[in-house]
Amino acid sequence: MFSYAIRRLFQSGFVLIAMSFLVFVGVYAIGNPVDLLVNPAADEAEKLRATIAMGLDKPFYAQYLSFLGAASTGDFGRSFVFNIPSLELILQKLPATIELALFAMIIAVTLGIPLGLIAGLKPDSFIGRFIMALSIVGFSLPTFWVGLVLIMVFSVHLGWLPSNGRGETVMLLGVPVSFLTWDGLAHLFMPALNLALFKLSLLIRLTRAGTREALLQDYVKFARAKGLSNTRVIGVHVLKNIMIPIVTVIGLEFGSVIAFAIVTESIFAWPGTGKLLIDSINQLDRPVIVAYLLVIVALFIFINFLVDVVYSLLDPRVRLGASNASGH
Amino acid sequence: MIRLQRLFSAAAPLLAVTLVTLIFSSVTTAQTTADKAEKPARARDISIGLQAAITSMDPHYHNIGPNNSILRHIFEALTTYDENGKLTPALAVSWRPINDTTWEFKLRKNVRFHDGSPFTADDVAFSLKRVPNVPNSPSSFATFTKPIIDVTVVDPYTIVFKTASPHVLLPSDMSQVLIVAKAVGEKATTDDYNAGRAAVGTGAYKFVEYTANQRVVVKANYGYWRGEEPWDKITFKMLVNPAARVAALLSGDVEMIETVPTADIAKLEKDKKFALSDKVSNRVIYVHLNQHQNKAPVFMIDKSGKPLEKNPLQDVRVRRALSMAINRDAIVSRVMEGRAVAASQLLADQFFGTSKKLKPTKYDPEGAKKLLAEAGYPNGFAMTIHGPNNRYINDAAIAQTIAQFYAKIGIDVKVETMPSSVYFTRASKLEFSYMVLGWGTESNEQGSALRSLLATYDVAKGMGVTNRGRYSNLAFDKALSEALVTMDDKKREGMIQAAAEMVMGDVGLIPLHYEVSTWATTKALKYSARTDQYTLAMSLKPVGAPSSGAVR
Repeated sequence: MFSYAIRRLFQSGFVLIAMSFLVFVGVYAIGNPVDLLVNPAADEAEKLRATIAMGLDKPFYAQYLSFLGAASTGDFGRSFVFNIPSLELILQKLPATIELALFAMIIAVTLGIPLGLIAGLKPDSFIGRFIMALSIVGFSLPTFWVGLVLIMVFSVHLGWLPSNGRGETVMLLGVPVSFLTWDGLAHLFMPALNLALFKLSLLIRLTRAGTREALLQDYVKFARAKGLSNTRVIGVHVLKNIMIPIVTVIGLEFGSVIAFAIVTESIFAWPGTGKLLIDSINQLDRPVIVAYLLVIVALFIFINFLVDVVYSLLDPRVRLGASNASGH
Repeated sequence: MIRLQRLFSAAAPLLAVTLVTLIFSSVTTAQTTADKAEKPARARDISIGLQAAITSMDPHYHNIGPNNSILRHIFEALTTYDENGKLTPALAVSWRPINDTTWEFKLRKNVRFHDGSPFTADDVAFSLKRVPNVPNSPSSFATFTKPIIDVTVVDPYTIVFKTASPHVLLPSDMSQVLIVAKAVGEKATTDDYNAGRAAVGTGAYKFVEYTANQRVVVKANYGYWRGEEPWDKITFKMLVNPAARVAALLSGDVEMIETVPTADIAKLEKDKKFALSDKVSNRVIYVHLNQHQNKAPVFMIDKSGKPLEKNPLQDVRVRRALSMAINRDAIVSRVMEGRAVAASQLLADQFFGTSKKLKPTKYDPEGAKKLLAEAGYPNGFAMTIHGPNNRYINDAAIAQTIAQFYAKIGIDVKVETMPSSVYFTRASKLEFSYMVLGWGTESNEQGSALRSLLATYDVAKGMGVTNRGRYSNLAFDKALSEALVTMDDKKREGMIQAAAEMVMGDVGLIPLHYEVSTWATTKALKYSARTDQYTLAMSLKPVGAPSSGAVR
């Protein structure tokens, strides 16, 4: 287990460096931030001053090397636009995004798995079909449209929920969270639901398929033949066996929810990192783009590691660290 | 029966969720009604939805419209523009040129900063000194202070500026440099301003909170020298997504929004709960035509795909034909939904230095065809139009519309639009031949727009710095340069008008329309729309209140 963790750590380092290089090249190729940031009426001297201030006068490789040097000490550079250290800017926004993502995943998991189970156990009943129909709707409607409809219904017509922003926050272990206040929850509900919809549909379909497959397995028939209660058969024999693909998907989807909540965040003006990223790309604010993607890559690596650990707990055949690991 | 029972038991989670939702929403309803009950007592707190992110609270860090707008609540300059674009006194009570290169400003007495310290000439001298020295500034205000080579504090309420050469726009430039308190600002960095420690000005509102990409909160400065404002606390929310901004207004989360999307204007106009206000802005949308090379630019070819022999855009007949082929009224009424004004020059008629003789070019496709034939292109040619797709109001649609007009005079047009992050870099490298662009003239004086966009490109003299078409006309350059150093306002205005007539007659560029900025408020409020596109709480009053001063 320990040597496994060390090996993963080294691999991750390479992934991070490769990633930073790709982003650097990509942003460099798009355009020159000076053309966007400097007031158009400014003369050449002013443009030159801004270019030097941002370090863009140096050749590309020198810019990248000095970035690597600074990054190894934890300094990802200052945002061109805000003049705030880019990592600080991201960490300022990250709690809001993680809170939103976590809530969306909670909605998706607590609704998705039971609904999928029902649909799997009674595939031909009215309710089973109804759930599947719902999941198709959840899959096919675009997020921005659903978000706007939610706002029109709940904020504009009914006036129940606020249309944008994050509610009142309180400090929890030094992190500002909003789910502990009514105002915060009211602000959180719609964006979380909007973000959860797609994942919810995904989980319903995954759970249903797994359940239907598991029900035909010999061990389930045997358990029933032994006279075990229905609850136990479903809760232990079926559910535990279908959890591996579900855990994988939850893990991956959680990462993508954090990284790409952009559409939901901009519709609900949720002050998270997705909004920050899209604004930074529009302004070619390279330090923020690079730092953001590195943080996200690190997060994905961490989540994947957690998923592997959960595997080994769910399935005793999986042994972390064995060079010819079985069960994958 | 059993089946039905099963169905219900299976549906239990769904029911449960519905129940939770209902309970949840009833709780929040209770809360919002409580809010509404409280409203009268807090009627002096308002929220405003902004269309762009505010990047800093440092008034000398980033010269960009949204920042300049919001910082005017906290800080003030020596001079300021009123709602109609007229230069008026602010922290200075009067100013006059002593000679061609010396200006004297008399400062306002009895003005105090938010920390209680008095405002004097030392604060002005300090602010001017700080401007060029803000580290990492992506767009410096030094443009406005550079002409000044010497500052003399004569007494606490008199300050004298010396310039290297005659600089008529100095009073206008002084409206762009916000004054900070010397005592607070001496060691302050941009971070100190963002945190509020140094955000101490003389403005109508005091700093409360700034969160990047999220919101800015200010509260009333009750000792404000112009008299008290009607609002206690203002929350500016950055609602960049247009649909979200409108939804926030409709749902009552904000009382006012700026830059109403053109598609929503008709709907809001019909709604009795809201009021719209608009005004023609100092921004013109225009086309720069590549004239910098004798060879035809890469994006212009003949119809069989072969390169043209020479650059058609250097021929004034072709330029005039391209202007005549555009139906500006159609763009204004269809693409802009009436929220624009057809343009004849670089600023709308009411601004300084605009010529009343210039009228928008008449739509005349037949005349345009004739001119093309005269110029040697009876069968037209093929070209690519470039434009941004996220910078100006409906920018991509404008480029598409122009392409259709050109099809009618026999020009084959391809349209390529792209995000501004890509577009402006390529436009500055002179890659395009026909580019849709916009220009806001902060000084509200046509001379500065002519100087940036149409004077012959000359880095050393700072002329034509944004002349991306590289139009060059020496007679016009001479007329403009003389106008720009004429101190007498009346005389200068005549000279600028003459220069404008000369260059517009030569179709140095193709003006399309002036953008109209639109604000929407609830019926209880009235916004006096501004030409500078700023959203200022100082221009926002409750309906029925006197137009200025205290109402408490």
